[in-house]
Amino acid sequence: MPAGIEFRQVSKRYGDERSPLVVKGIDLVIDKGTLTTILGPSGCGKTTLLRMIAGLDPASAGQVFIDGQDVTHLGPAERNVSMVFQSYALFPHMTVADNVGYGLSVTGVARPEIERRTLAAMDSVGLSGYGQRLPSELSGGQQQRVAVARALVLEPSVMLFDEPLSNLDARLRRSMREEIRSLQQRLGLTVAYVTHDQSEALAVSDQIVVMDAGRIAQAGSPRQLYEHPCSEFVAAFMGEAMLFVAEAGQDGVIRLGPLRLPARRSVAPGPVKVAVRPEAWQVAPESAPAALPGDALAGTLLKSAYLGGLQELTIATEIGELFVVSPDVRRGWAVGQALALSLGGPGVSVLETG
Amino acid sequence: MASLPGTAHARRVVLAWCAVGLAAFVLLPWYLPQSMSLWRSLAGVFGGNETASGLVQAAAQGRPWLWAGLAALLLATASLFAHDTRLQGMGLVAASSAGLAGLLGSGFTIGATGWSFEVLGRLWGDLPAGQPGMGWGAALVLLALVVLLGAGVARLGFFRSDLFVAAAVVLCSALLLLFIAYPVGRSLTGAFVDDAGAGSLAALADRLGQDRVWGLGCVAGGVRCGVAWNTLFLALLTATGTTVLGTLIALMAERGRLRASRALNVLALLPIITPPFVVGLGLILLFGRAGLVNQFLEWALGIPPTRWFYGLFGIWLAQLFAFTPIAFMIMRGVVQGISPSMEEAAQTLRASRWQTFKSVTLPLMKPGLTNAFLVGFIESMADFGNPIVVGGPYAVLSTDIFFAIVGAQYDQGRAASLALILTFFALAVFFLQQRVLGRASYTTLTGKGDAGVPMPLPLQVQRLCRAIAVPWLAFTVIVYLFAFSGGFVQTWGRDYTPTLVHFRTAFDLQWGAFGLVWAGTAWNSLFTTLKLAAIAAPICAALGLTVSWLLSRTRFVGRRAFEFSALLAFAIPGTVLGVSYILAFNVPPIELTGTAMIIVLCFVFRNLPVGVRAGTASFGQLDKSLDEASTMLRAGTATTLRRVVLPLLKPALVAALVYSFVRSMTTVSAVVFLVTAENELATTYIIGRVGNGDYGLALAYCTVLIVLMSCATAAIQALVGERRLGRRRAAAH
Repeated sequence: MPAGIEFRQVSKRYGDERSPLVVKGIDLVIDKGTLTTILGPSGCGKTTLLRMIAGLDPASAGQVFIDGQDVTHLGPAERNVSMVFQSYALFPHMTVADNVGYGLSVTGVARPEIERRTLAAMDSVGLSGYGQRLPSELSGGQQQRVAVARALVLEPSVMLFDEPLSNLDARLRRSMREEIRSLQQRLGLTVAYVTHDQSEALAVSDQIVVMDAGRIAQAGSPRQLYEHPCSEFVAAFMGEAMLFVAEAGQDGVIRLGPLRLPARRSVAPGPVKVAVRPEAWQVAPESAPAALPGDALAGTLLKSAYLGGLQELTIATEIGELFVVSPDVRRGWAVGQALALSLGGPGVSVLETG
Repeated sequence: MASLPGTAHARRVVLAWCAVGLAAFVLLPWYLPQSMSLWRSLAGVFGGNETASGLVQAAAQGRPWLWAGLAALLLATASLFAHDTRLQGMGLVAASSAGLAGLLGSGFTIGATGWSFEVLGRLWGDLPAGQPGMGWGAALVLLALVVLLGAGVARLGFFRSDLFVAAAVVLCSALLLLFIAYPVGRSLTGAFVDDAGAGSLAALADRLGQDRVWGLGCVAGGVRCGVAWNTLFLALLTATGTTVLGTLIALMAERGRLRASRALNVLALLPIITPPFVVGLGLILLFGRAGLVNQFLEWALGIPPTRWFYGLFGIWLAQLFAFTPIAFMIMRGVVQGISPSMEEAAQTLRASRWQTFKSVTLPLMKPGLTNAFLVGFIESMADFGNPIVVGGPYAVLSTDIFFAIVGAQYDQGRAASLALILTFFALAVFFLQQRVLGRASYTTLTGKGDAGVPMPLPLQVQRLCRAIAVPWLAFTVIVYLFAFSGGFVQTWGRDYTPTLVHFRTAFDLQWGAFGLVWAGTAWNSLFTTLKLAAIAAPICAALGLTVSWLLSRTRFVGRRAFEFSALLAFAIPGTVLGVSYILAFNVPPIELTGTAMIIVLCFVFRNLPVGVRAGTASFGQLDKSLDEASTMLRAGTATTLRRVVLPLLKPALVAALVYSFVRSMTTVSAVVFLVTAENELATTYIIGRVGNGDYGLALAYCTVLIVLMSCATAAIQALVGERRLGRRRAAAH
């Protein structure tokens, strides 16, 4: 089976030969029927990547395949791709039904057929009965659904989402992302989804592609990316990990200050980089070091913030200032308090140093 | 996807254009018969020497060079049946460009009596027949070939293979070339041609170096300076004056806590709806020899009335009145664009109001000030109406060009060289403006909501605004009132009996033996103007919106060059455009002098910037992702334009239509060369009456025009006000 979307050595520059490359020789495969999120800081080229799949921006070099067919030189209308825009881009002068049926009507589908399929598409996103409203008469979440229905109605082989949830409030965002995910799984759609929110990406993806400055920093499953980031950039971008230089011994044990970590992969002896996520630290009052397994790192509490379900702590230690998230919100955290820290379980990864 | 849905449709469209071209070649008169309408000449399509179609001309009338058109069209049609798209493209491009080259080449080399250049006659022998100017048949065939050229270029993969965009770009470029670049270029090269008809730099140097042009006599206490210095000096004064006044009024309107800002909106409309010389006429009634001021001086102090007002001071005052509203409009936009939170930030940093104004508000206005100054400069240089009405002995370039053409001297070379200087000035200012604006643009308007409250003006500035702007506004009202009342009295300065006799002379209606008789002397010119402006307006709006769409929404190789040449074309002063039309379009292949068509064309290309500006502004407000969404939903470019863009642009379309209509009605500088007794226009008729000293009639006519135009603009305001875009604006990315 051919891949849903495939990039072969695709590059993109805006303007003439002298302008810088925005996307630099990308190879990428998105399997049919899966949801891939493209994640990265703003300006990393993720939206450009999406627009090249859509055909809105032609690739400057390389080839783009959709369902095994080379679409590099085809326009957006010839690719069997639909897109949900960040601003939704609903036509303000058309009713919801006209918006949803627009793609069918411009491709010359007969009127009764348009009506039938429009109703079905609106039904599938839970908008039955809203057909005669204008987009301006809908809430943000409803507008979002119209945009999805409008893209779905053409039964595309690939659906694209450009930061679709960035204009919604936090609660609506969670329910909409679940709806998009279940719709995708129900219809077996191939979806490319751009976002800059890593928790959104972790929640919905089969595959995550992290981009950095026009290149793919790492592509893989959410678990792979979170637990085994292959670079500093990915580690820092996925969950605010902090990096430390540690020393790997002959036995494979890694020493980070007084702490000793069992090596998860065979590491060559010498200096290595270790990424530690804020929630990987376990914190105990220094008076009760026995509560912690293994060796302990001594520290002093500098700052503390109560976030309801979590406590954010800044702690000074011999290996530097640490940013730590602790689930223990009941304890009385006092600035200046002496603490003991240890590392255990997931959230610690060893990076290969180049 | 071997058979793409768009491709079959595109092929049908291209074939249709081939058919249009062929039909025009066979069925329409190729040449433009003198003094014969299209309808009457259709009868002789297969016969007469003048009225025959392209086919008959080529086969039977001894004009075999026209076969080029037929060959090109047939070749283009044939190439559409090639299987490879590249082959199709190459065939289309080759056929259409060869056809265009053949037809235009023969058009420019074969004149009414044979070869236009003797060399060619010696080379190839005499021709059996010459040819008159091109007509409808030729125009349509050329149009079809241009569209086919665009289609071919798109097939070759340019313009992202978008046929519609390619054809639009090629067509718009062709029109700008033919109706702006060609006439202006041709008339300006006239400056290099001496009286005997040979090209010489000496002729140019002789004309340009004259004392009348560059003399500096006035500096040394002599009588007068050259016209070039006069024009520059006047433009400098006017630009400074309008910028200061416009800024003060804008500050007062936006920040002065004034209730009268609605009245100020009317002020902003005045220069659009009034013919430019109305202010001049109003001022003459006040300060002219028979004006109130002089009469009062004579009565009170015994000073005999003189023509002291006519000259630099008169033109300057008239231009200040005429162009301050333009500066006001620019500066009001600038003042509105200053984000209040900037000023609030300054104030929270302990700056006083005056310090804030001096250190934040004023610097943010600087690019706007420059822009207003340059626009005032260009308007003043291009103005014709006011200098001719109140200029008296003070000659400027635009009036001198006029007298070189219509006066007893009829000196084309002189007109051309003066036009060259004027164009040079205008382009210099244009480049300056581009440079200045290109570098410094402090746009403080963002997509984000700005909840701040604008700072009230510091007291000193408020006082200055009141002291200057309020009297100025009062004075404006007085001048316009005088201009109006002048039409209602017997003879200004001598007999102030109220009367409607001027209106009766101009717009009399009588019941004759055969029904209604339009007996007034002005009806003829009014109807001609209405008719021609009504023909020009839709063409102008459509072309203007197309250009603005291409500029703001499409990306293609050479877009920057296209944009630049379009902007450049708009910097040509109206006087230069008019004189160019008369110099370039009076011989084959385009022989339009004396026709109504040349006036319509002049209206269209003179007012094109209005359409382009209206379009660009509204494309700026229209979210680009709407177009993209339509494209993603499989709509072609033409469908997207029709079903998404046009409905949303309706207000801009209406505005462009009415503004270009209104401006056509009130323009003088460009058309003053093109009118004939047959095609007299309202404005030129009024100028004529002023020339005869018939102020009553002229002002009565102006009043009627202003009322008509106010109705038209009120209509657009109502229509534009209805815009309903209840759309939540997405936050900027």
